[in-house]
Amino acid sequence: MSDHILETKNLSKEFKGFTAVSAVNLQIRRGHIHALIGPNGAGKTTVFNLLTKFITPTSGSIHYNGTDITGEKSADIALRGIVRSFQISAVFPNLTPRENVRLALQRPLGISYHFWKSDVILQQLNGRVMELLEDVGLADYADEITGELAYGRKRALEIATTLALDPELMLLDEPTQGMGVEDVDKITALVKKVSANRTILMVEHNLKVVATLADRITVLQRGAILAEGPYAEVSQDPLVLEAYMGSTHA
Amino acid sequence: MNKILWKILVILGLAAPFIVYPVFMMKLLCFALFASAFNLLLGYAGLLSFGHAAFFGGASYVTGYLVKNSGLTPELGILGGTLFAALLGYLVGSLAIRRQGIYFAMVTLALAQIVYFIALKAPFTGGEDGLQGIPRGRLFGMLDLGQIYSIGGSPVALNLYYFIFALFCLGFWIIYRTINSPFGQVLKAIRENEPRAVSLGYKVERFKLMAFVISAALAGMAGSMKSLVFQLASLTDVSWHTSGEVVLMTLLGGVGTVLGPLVGAFTVVTLQSELSSVGSWITVIIGVTFVVCVLLFRRGFVGELGRLLKKSL
Ligand SMILES: Nc1ncnc2c1ncn2[C@@H]1O[C@H](COP(=O)(O)OP(=O)(O)O)[C@@H](O)[C@H]1O
Ligand SMILES: [Mg+2]
Repeated sequence: MSDHILETKNLSKEFKGFTAVSAVNLQIRRGHIHALIGPNGAGKTTVFNLLTKFITPTSGSIHYNGTDITGEKSADIALRGIVRSFQISAVFPNLTPRENVRLALQRPLGISYHFWKSDVILQQLNGRVMELLEDVGLADYADEITGELAYGRKRALEIATTLALDPELMLLDEPTQGMGVEDVDKITALVKKVSANRTILMVEHNLKVVATLADRITVLQRGAILAEGPYAEVSQDPLVLEAYMGSTHA
Repeated sequence: MNKILWKILVILGLAAPFIVYPVFMMKLLCFALFASAFNLLLGYAGLLSFGHAAFFGGASYVTGYLVKNSGLTPELGILGGTLFAALLGYLVGSLAIRRQGIYFAMVTLALAQIVYFIALKAPFTGGEDGLQGIPRGRLFGMLDLGQIYSIGGSPVALNLYYFIFALFCLGFWIIYRTINSPFGQVLKAIRENEPRAVSLGYKVERFKLMAFVISAALAGMAGSMKSLVFQLASLTDVSWHTSGEVVLMTLLGGVGTVLGPLVGAFTVVTLQSELSSVGSWITVIIGVTFVVCVLLFRRGFVGELGRLLKKSL
């Protein structure tokens, strides 16, 4: 198998003449934490949407483990092992955290179309559910209403739900956005912990988090790749300093 | 949910023909099942159909035709009506579920109007008159559903009542089971956050279509029951008024609650029969009741009660 778990070739997206993503060639190495950074509106979320087919590319292709998945549907891409989170926290607000995580665990059981079975059958998943909730520090909140949890906890739950599918490639869109320092540290540690045995592609604004976590960074600006490389290298690149931090290194 | 509550409801249902006017009770059961089937779609899959009368009324015509013209026994007539509604639900659902929100509602309404048009024009539906004098027949060719017993001096079709009650329990149980099944869990997830459900690998459109078919089939079963009770399949059953009525019942009682549609159907059917003497003012009165209730109880009667008790009912 190739070193690259995910590759895009000239991936582009136009919205009514406006190019949001322009000929992006991404190469994500297996086992890496790869950060996608860039100013607001650079097209980072759009790249995620393209990779998971929530929107269709205008041109270019996406290859996962050497297979061209450009034409596949979102759900099928998830079934291949690419699971994403969302920039705006994606939980099921009126269900409990237990049910949120269970919904991810339920899928591989292959009984999700069984409307004639009692959901008591899902209790077999409780052990695994609690393990996952414990991992993200939510064990005590298992049976609360998710919508009433604090913001940081919702994001943690989202990661637990994503992890429940044991994805080979996990896409995280700004997992620490809008969090206090304490929560940011928790999530950083959590991402580090769950990165074992999998690849993570994350959009992240907080450069401290990026510096701590990322093996490799791609900088996106106005839809195109501006720079790519290890943090130490990219963070010294004058182009990046100018574009991303809004100042040149004196 | 509370087992005792269920037992009380079943006992009330069994005793009902000795207490209240049985035709009223049977009408209530038909509409309660209809509203529950509708609620499965709106309350648990988040899909607002404005064309559910097509399934309710369409099935009532099919059952009427099978029993009256083809001479089938009532249980086969009801089975035929239900299957017809499931098939129609598959067709309508396939066309509608790709649309979101109001567009979904519009597509279902438009397709239901086509069914209405067919019911009006087709040679076998009786046009403006509908199908009248549908026989109640013999259950499994044996038990006479038309048999009249005298209870406290008034004539009661007791066999029919218990047949209808049993069908209601079956239909309601299927809905309850569906809501509380692995499938129902996924439906709730889709209602809560569709993109997230997709990203977990669920093929959302299949789930929606399945929910649509189940809902349509059971709405059809309710319509089939109705055609035996009133011995009539009419244009009213397939009209958009009926589609609107079921929305109203569900919202009044509490969308997304198990008991809400029953309470909503009870409210509307009671108002209709109590106020039948005031003629066309009835529409106005029900409309005003609806507006007042929606303003006072935004989640419907059962929804508000559930909130007070902090329980899902
Ligand atoms: N569905 C859409 N339709 C039109 N324009 C869009 C759409 N999605 C994103 N855009 C535009 O594409 C650009 C990139 O957006 P986005 O990918 O969300 O940026 P980022 O996540 O890097 O902040 C923005 O200018 C945004 O307005
Ligand atoms: Mg973004």
